[in-house]
Amino acid sequence: MAERSFAREVEDLKLGEGEIFRGEGILAITKALLQSGVSYVGGYQGSPISHLMDVLADAKDVMQDLGVHFETSASEAAAAAMLSASVMYPVRGAVTWKSTAGTNVAADALSNLSSGGVNGGALIILGEDFGEGSSIMQERSHAFAMKSQMWLLDPRPNLPSIVKAVEDGFELSEASSTPVMLEVRIRACHVHGQFVAKDNKRPAYTLKQALENPVRDVNRIVLPPANFMHEKDKLERRWPAAVNFIKERKLNEFFGPEEGEIGIIMLGGMYNGVMRALQQLGLADVYGNSSIPLYIMNVAYPMIDDEVVGFCLGKKAVIMVEEGAPEYIEQSLHTLMSRRDIQTRVHGKDILPLGGEYTAPVMMKGLKAFIEMYDRLLLGNQPPVPDPTSVLNDPKVKALAEVVPARPAGFCTGCPERPIFAAMKLVEKELGEHHVSADIGCHLFSILPPFNIGGTTMGYGLGPASASAFNVEAGKRSIAVMGDGGFWHNGLATSVGNAVFNKQDGVILVVDNYYSAATGGQDIMSSRALNPNRQTNNSIVNAVKGIGATWVRQIDRTYDVAKMRDTLKEALTSKEKGPKIIVASSECMLNKQRRVKPQFAKAVKDGKRMVKERFGVDEDVCTGDHACIRLSGCPSLSVKHTDDPLKDDPVAAIDNSCVGCGNCGEVSEAAVLCPSFYRADVILNPTGWDRFVSRMRSKVIGWLQARRAAGRIVFAD
Amino acid sequence: MNETVNLKTLLAADKPLTLAILAMGGQGGGVLADWIVGLAEEQGWMAQSTSVPGVAQRTGATIYYIEMLPARGGVPPIFSLMPTPGDVDVVLAAELMEAGRSVLRGLVTPDKTVLIASTHRSFAVGEKEKPGNGIGDPTVVVGATDFAAKRTIAFDMDTLALKNGSVISASMFGALAAADVLPFPKEAFETTIRGGGKGVEPSLKAFNAAYDRAKSKTREEIAASPPKRFDVMPETTGHLELDRLVHRLRAEFPEAAWPLLFAGVKKLTDFQDPVYAGEYLDLVGKLYGLDRANGGEEKGYSFTVQSAKYVAVAMAYDDVIRVADLKTRGTRFERVRHEVGVKQDQILYMTEYMHPRMEEVCGTLPKKLGLWIESRPKVFAWLDRRINKGRRVQTGTLFWFLTLYIMAALRRTRRGTLRHLRETEHREAWLNTATSLLSRNYDLAVEVINNRRLVKGYSDTHARGLSKFDRVMLSLATLADRDDGAAWMRRLRQAALLDESGIALDGALKTVATL
Repeated sequence: MAERSFAREVEDLKLGEGEIFRGEGILAITKALLQSGVSYVGGYQGSPISHLMDVLADAKDVMQDLGVHFETSASEAAAAAMLSASVMYPVRGAVTWKSTAGTNVAADALSNLSSGGVNGGALIILGEDFGEGSSIMQERSHAFAMKSQMWLLDPRPNLPSIVKAVEDGFELSEASSTPVMLEVRIRACHVHGQFVAKDNKRPAYTLKQALENPVRDVNRIVLPPANFMHEKDKLERRWPAAVNFIKERKLNEFFGPEEGEIGIIMLGGMYNGVMRALQQLGLADVYGNSSIPLYIMNVAYPMIDDEVVGFCLGKKAVIMVEEGAPEYIEQSLHTLMSRRDIQTRVHGKDILPLGGEYTAPVMMKGLKAFIEMYDRLLLGNQPPVPDPTSVLNDPKVKALAEVVPARPAGFCTGCPERPIFAAMKLVEKELGEHHVSADIGCHLFSILPPFNIGGTTMGYGLGPASASAFNVEAGKRSIAVMGDGGFWHNGLATSVGNAVFNKQDGVILVVDNYYSAATGGQDIMSSRALNPNRQTNNSIVNAVKGIGATWVRQIDRTYDVAKMRDTLKEALTSKEKGPKIIVASSECMLNKQRRVKPQFAKAVKDGKRMVKERFGVDEDVCTGDHACIRLSGCPSLSVKHTDDPLKDDPVAAIDNSCVGCGNCGEVSEAAVLCPSFYRADVILNPTGWDRFVSRMRSKVIGWLQARRAAGRIVFAD
Repeated sequence: MNETVNLKTLLAADKPLTLAILAMGGQGGGVLADWIVGLAEEQGWMAQSTSVPGVAQRTGATIYYIEMLPARGGVPPIFSLMPTPGDVDVVLAAELMEAGRSVLRGLVTPDKTVLIASTHRSFAVGEKEKPGNGIGDPTVVVGATDFAAKRTIAFDMDTLALKNGSVISASMFGALAAADVLPFPKEAFETTIRGGGKGVEPSLKAFNAAYDRAKSKTREEIAASPPKRFDVMPETTGHLELDRLVHRLRAEFPEAAWPLLFAGVKKLTDFQDPVYAGEYLDLVGKLYGLDRANGGEEKGYSFTVQSAKYVAVAMAYDDVIRVADLKTRGTRFERVRHEVGVKQDQILYMTEYMHPRMEEVCGTLPKKLGLWIESRPKVFAWLDRRINKGRRVQTGTLFWFLTLYIMAALRRTRRGTLRHLRETEHREAWLNTATSLLSRNYDLAVEVINNRRLVKGYSDTHARGLSKFDRVMLSLATLADRDDGAAWMRRLRQAALLDESGIALDGALKTVATL
C-alpha cells in the first residue's frame, strides 16, 4: 500500500502500438520493460525509482495478463540475486534500486552474476541519486560496471531514448551474455515527456517452463576452475561481442558536422545540458543542430575504441563531459590515445569541475574555456550569455542571505517519530548527552534542528552495528536508532544478531511506522495493513526475541512521551547486559491520513457520530519562549506575531493543518512546559445524549462565566 | 572556417519558455507543474517538467522546472533539465522566503523574469525555535525581489485559495494566467483544470479569484512586523474607578507614555483589579519623577515609556490563578469555537494539558504557609509526589470547570501569596538597579528596564529566563560607566534570545569581560 495510488499510471502501462505515452521517465521505463517481454521484475524502493516499484505493485492485473512476476525484494541484494533466473534460462529479468547506495548492497550478487554470465537478458535499472535532491553519498555507479565488467547504459535524458535503451539493453545483455546496467539520474527519472508506445509482449519463454525443465551447467558457477574461465570468457568473448553489438546497432550517436577542429564527447545523460550550454554560446540550437562535432556515449561502459578514435582523428582536441569523480572515461581516453599514438589533446576535468553536478552554467563556463583554447573564432559574435552576477552582487540581494532560512526536509505534520526524539531530548537533559548511531530513513531527520540528535550513519540497517565498538565498560551506553525499513532490509541479522551474539551493551531503538515510509510508504514485513499479495504483520518484537534478545520493550503509541522517556531511561540504566531493544510503533501519519481521511469523511457524511481532534494554543497564556517548538518542529506548530503591545516575541500558534496527533500536549506535559496547549474535540453528528449533556454543561458553565464577567471591572475590549 | 560560419547561420534562434516553481514539499508544486505542462500540450506545444523531490517531499524547499516550445517541422526541441540562472522567464514562488531563495539562486533577473509569489509565510524551524524573535524580515525579501524581477505579482495566494476551498496551486495557476506571460488564453487554463478531474469546482473558484485579484491589484504591501494594537483611551468608561485611572494617566504622565501605560492599566485591571492598576501608576509615576530629575525630557522620557511596558509585564506575572482565569472565561470558549471552526450542530470540548508541580502550589499558598513548606524538603517532596504529574483538564465538564473556576477565584487573595511576594521582591530589586543607574548612565538604565523581556515562560523555562536575566545583569559592573554600555547591554540581550542554553550569551559575556 504505497503512499499514493498509481491507478491512473497503470492505465498508461496498457497503451498499445502507436499510442502516445505521456508521463514521467521512470514510468516510461516501466512501460518499456513490458514492451520488451520481461518475465520478472524485482527491486528495492527508494528515490528516484520508487515509482517503478509502486506502479508495478498496483498493476497486478496487467502483470497477470502478461505472465510477469513482480516482487518487492527484501533488499537490493535480494533483487540482484533474483537475476540468477536469467543465468541458465532464456528469460528476461529486470531489477531496480537507488544507486550507488543500493548497488553497494547488491554488489555481492552482481559480482557472481556477471562472473558466470547470463543467458536471458538481465537489466539493472539504477536511479543515479546524484546532485541536487540527492540524499546519499555522491559517488558514481560507473565503478561497479568496470570492476565486474557489466555494461552501463547512460541514455540521453528524453523518453524515446530512455525507452530505446531499455529495449537495446536486453538485447545487448543477451548478445554478450552479460548483465547490463541502465543509469538514470534524478531529473531524468522525474522528467515529464512523451514517446510512441508499442504493444506489451508476453515473455517468449516463461518462468514456469524454466521451473519444469531445470538446466544445470557447473561451468556457470563461481568456483575454481570455472571462475578463471569466466574471467577469460569476459575478456575474450563477451567484451568483443558487446562492442560489436553496440557498433552495429549504433547505440552511441554522432551529431553536428562531420569535420571540426575540436569535438565534444559526452555521456548520454549530459546531452541536454551540453546542448543548452552550446545554445547559449551561439553554437547550437534548440532543435539539436550543432556547429561542433558531438559524440554521445549512450553506452558509458564499455568504451567503443574505434568510434572514439574515428571521432578524435583529425581534431586538435576533444573534451570529455562526465559527471562525478573520478574521471573514469577521461582516463580511458588518455590510455587509448597514448596506445594508438594519436596526438589529439584530451581534456575533461582539467577544465570542468572534478565533482558536483554539471549544471548549465558549469558546462557553459567549461565548454567556453575549452573552445577559447583551441578554436576561439568559433565563439565569434556570440549572443550575451545569461548571467545573474550583477543581480547577485547587489547589496539588496546579498542581504537576503541573512534572511532566507535554510529549509531542509523534516518530519511531517503529526509524525509519530517526533515524540520519540522529544523523549530522547528529555532523557538527554536528565542523563546527559549520549553517543547516538543513526541509520537510514525518515528518523534520520533527527540530526537536524530542533532535535540535533545522531552522530553517524553507516548504511541501511547498520545503525546498531555501527555502535558495536562501544561495547565496553563505561558510565554511559550508546544508543542506536534504526527504522523498520532498515530492520528488515539488513538490520535483523547484521545489527540485532550481531548485538545479541557479541552481548553489545547498548540501547537499540527500532522506529516502527508500519511502512517503508521514507521511500513512499511501501509495505514491509511488519506493516499492519492486510496486503492480499504479501504476508505482512510479522512482529519485530518476535523477530528479535527469536534471535535471542531478552530485554525487549514494545511501545504501542509513540506519542506517549512520558512512557517513551521512562523506557529509554530504563534501557540506559538497566543492570542487564546485552542489547536493550525498544520497538517504538505508531503509524506513519502521512499514510495514516491518506488512509483515514476518506473513511472519516464518509462516516461523517453517513451521519455517524465522529470526534475530530486538533490542537490549539491560548495566545494569552503563551509567553513566546518557543520551548515547545524546540521539542517538536512540527510544521503545523508555528509562531505568529501578536498585536499585544506588551509582548515582544511571537507567540506559538497551531494552524489548520494540525492532525491532532497529540504530541504538543504530551510534550508540554512531560517536559513541564506551559499550559497554553489545548486539544479541541469536535463532536460531529452528536447523539441526542451528547446534545443533552452538552446543553446542561453549557447552562451551568455559561451561568458561572456570566456571573464572573459581571463582577469584573475591566475596560471594554 | 567558412563552413562553420555557414553552420552557425543555419542555427535557429528559437528559445523555449522557461518556468521555475519554488515550493515546499507537500505544497502541491507537482500539481501546478502538471497543469502547466498539460496546458502547453493541449495547446499543441511540446513541454517538459522535471523535479528533484527526493527527501524534500517531507516539507523541505524544492524546485520544479518547466520548459515549453512547439516542435518545428516534426523536430522536437531539446529541453534542459535544470534552470540556467539568468535565463528564466517565469518564477512561481509558493511562499515569501521561497521567492527570496529564487532570487538568491539567480533565477530572477531584471531583463527577463516575471515573478509570481505568494506573500504568506510558512516559518522555517530555524525561525521558530529561537527563544526570541527569529522571524526573517519580509521587507528584505520585498526589496530584493522588487530589484531583481522584471515584473512582480505578489499577494497572499495561500489564504485566497483556502478562502475558496482550494489549495495554493490553484490560485498560483490563476495568477500565472493573469500575468499574460504564456501565450494561451484564460479559457485554456480553465480547460486544463477541468481535465484534472479532482476538486474541479473549488480549484476553478480559487483560480478565478486569484486571476481577478492579480488583474486588479498586483501587489500587496508588507510590513516588517504587523503593528501592535494600541487602543484609543476612552473619555469615559461608565465606571468610576476606571475613569479615575484614565484621568490620572492623562494628568500625571507625558503623552509619549500614554499608549503603553493604557495597555498596562488595561492588562492589570484584567489581571487583578483597578486598585492594582492604580498601584502600577504609582510605581511608574515614581520612576517618571526620577526620569525627569535625570534629564529624561531630552531623551523623550524613554525610561518612563519602557518602564510603562515592562513594569506592567512584571506585575502581570503568569501564575496558576491567571491560567485558571484565562482558561475559564466565556470569551475564551467563544474564541476557541471560532478558531476551530465549530459549526452550529457540532459540540466542542477542550482538554488542557497541565502539569502542576509543588513549586506552583506553594506559590499559590499564603506566603507564610508556602515558606514553611518550602523550608521542609521532606514535606515538600512528599507533597510534590502527589501533585507533580500531568493532568488532562477537560474544561468543558463540570468537575474540571469548577476546579479551575475556584482556582481563578483565588485572585482575591493573590496579593498574600508566596508567588506575589517573590515577584514583588524581584521587581523591586530590578527597578532599584535601574534607578540607581539613571544619573550615571541613562541609556543603560533604560536597557536594564528592557532586560525584563528575558523573564518569561513557566517552570524550567521560567527558571532559565531568570538565570539569563541574572547573568546579563552581572555585566553591569563592567558597563555602568561606559558610554557604549547601553549598546553592549542590548547586544547581550539579543544574544540571550538566540538559543535556549545560552551559548551565544556566554560568548557575548566573555567579550564584555574583556572590555
